[in-house]
Amino acid sequence: MREMIISELSQALHEIARGFAHYLPRIIVMLILAFVGWVIAYVAKAVLRSTLRLIKFDKLSENAGASQLLTKAALPSATEMLSRFVFWVTWLGFILLGVRVLGILGLQEQIATFFLFLPRLFVAMFILFFGLLAASFFSRAALLAAVNANVPSPRVLSRAVRSIIIVFVLSIVFEELGLAEQTMLVAFGIAFGALMLGLAIAFGMGGRDLARRFLEKRFVRGKKEENEDELSPL
Amino acid sequence: MEMKLAEESYLTDDFLRQLINVGEVDILVGLPTHNNAKTIGSIVHTIQSGILRGFPRERAVIVNADGGSRDGTPELVTGVSIDDVRPASNLYALRTLHSISTKYASSPASGVAFRTILAAAELLRARACVVMSPESANIEPEWLSKLLRPIYRDGFDLVTPTYRRHKFEGLLITNLLYPMTRALYGLRIREAYSPEFGFSGRLASQFLGQNVWNDGTDGDGVGLRFTLAAITGRYRICQSFLGEKDRVERHAADLVPALRQTVGALFSVLEPDFPVWSAVAGSQPAPTTGADQEVLLEPLRVNRKRLREMFSTGVAELESVFQSILSPSTLAELQRIARLGEEEFHYPAELWVRTVYEFAASYQKSVISRDHIVQALAPLFRGRAFTFLMENRNASADDVENNIEGLCLEFERLKPYLLQLWTSRE
Repeated sequence: MREMIISELSQALHEIARGFAHYLPRIIVMLILAFVGWVIAYVAKAVLRSTLRLIKFDKLSENAGASQLLTKAALPSATEMLSRFVFWVTWLGFILLGVRVLGILGLQEQIATFFLFLPRLFVAMFILFFGLLAASFFSRAALLAAVNANVPSPRVLSRAVRSIIIVFVLSIVFEELGLAEQTMLVAFGIAFGALMLGLAIAFGMGGRDLARRFLEKRFVRGKKEENEDELSPL
Repeated sequence: MEMKLAEESYLTDDFLRQLINVGEVDILVGLPTHNNAKTIGSIVHTIQSGILRGFPRERAVIVNADGGSRDGTPELVTGVSIDDVRPASNLYALRTLHSISTKYASSPASGVAFRTILAAAELLRARACVVMSPESANIEPEWLSKLLRPIYRDGFDLVTPTYRRHKFEGLLITNLLYPMTRALYGLRIREAYSPEFGFSGRLASQFLGQNVWNDGTDGDGVGLRFTLAAITGRYRICQSFLGEKDRVERHAADLVPALRQTVGALFSVLEPDFPVWSAVAGSQPAPTTGADQEVLLEPLRVNRKRLREMFSTGVAELESVFQSILSPSTLAELQRIARLGEEEFHYPAELWVRTVYEFAASYQKSVISRDHIVQALAPLFRGRAFTFLMENRNASADDVENNIEGLCLEFERLKPYLLQLWTSRE
């Protein structure tokens, strides 16, 4: 009985030792990959950070309105955020490569899915950044045009333009990421429809005078514009 | 000639044929048009009369660069016979006076029109050229001689006009363009941006070769760039008094295009011209024939209240835009005066100059879209215009001139501030 137990134990220990010996080189390879990945990720982060500082990416991000969002959320600057993102994605990629080397069944598929997801993630971030840039540009253009045309409540108009573009951009981003596509489609439809309805009601209720003045100016000839400067700037 | 023809490939074959038929000329009159059928006939008559009176022995051509008129303007230009002028004035030309026309595009673009005129001047080897506005209702035949004679007889390269104007007309010129170009480039040219001006063939060739045509602006403000290129190229420049300038009624919406054509053009050349203007101190008067400027004082109905309101609204609504452009102290001061009532409101010259210089530096650094920077200046200009109107409400012609001179000196005094902003990294 005692010999049987000892035999089973020694067999189990042998198997563990064999298994460990079998996995040890793979674990070492994984650790090496993780270390090399950390070094590469760190270098990539440093290079990217310097490049972004050189091209004044924070200024661009400020113009896009992304910096304000980050500040409100108590997050670091756009340059720091992007550098850290690249660092973690690179390192995580190497760690997952290492895990793949271990050959654990079931994980292989998940890792492959992660790597297939990466390009979509980058495209989504690209769309988000340039979408925010476009929203900032067009909302400022609307604000300036409204102020210079003496349109009432120019900031409301500007915010409406920004909101429409951001809603549109977010819907594209979620679609690109493949997250809750149906939900986002419906949410976008509802949000966009509500926004348009709101604008139509607001224009109808609040912009009656504006619409009347616009139509008079456009179609009624001979009526002298009351608000003329009557001064030639040149 | 063959090499030149290859260079001017943007000219149509038909226009090149017309130019070849004309041959070489002494005088070229450029006439950029777009749907000017109502006025163009009388203007061409006046030009022909001016050529007959002032230059009867010279070979002359009228070159019409049309931006896609649909009212038959080009046909009117080429169809006006010189015989219509002779019986009235008893004048005779000793040479053929040609009138040719080309459609450079289907929509107007002042830069392309001017480039076409310059190319024609170069190909025809014109000695003296003049560009006339197709809208000036009070153009006189003498204007041609006044703009061409200093070039043709006295060897000048650029003749800019001076006018008799109402004291409240051309406020963008008197409050920004004239003082700033004078302070930066060191030459006192009253009308650096004008629809009428004369120039030599050599200046035309030099400017034609400059890389200013493909910047995507369709040549907005090319007239101003031309004047500044003449200054930086050390060409001989003078002014000539023409007479009363047409009073054009404008709407508030016209201010932004006017800012783009003048202030936008000025800001855009400051960067390449930095080595020139940064070395200039003070200013010199330009040689002038006739009066430097004449001021009309008759009463004029101006909606002052609206100017101040648009300033105050602009300062409040565009705060986020101004935070990117202006220094905190300048913005705070603008916000303070924006809250003042009509009687207390005052936009002082020093603050205005600081504002303009900070806008110029922000334009150079492209803190936001450059076009947005130019647009954002519109409400602030209205505030300055309001103060100018109030300050000069009961002023005599001399008082108005003294006030403009004071503003010019303020621009010159604060020039080191612009240099400091320009060279700072932030």
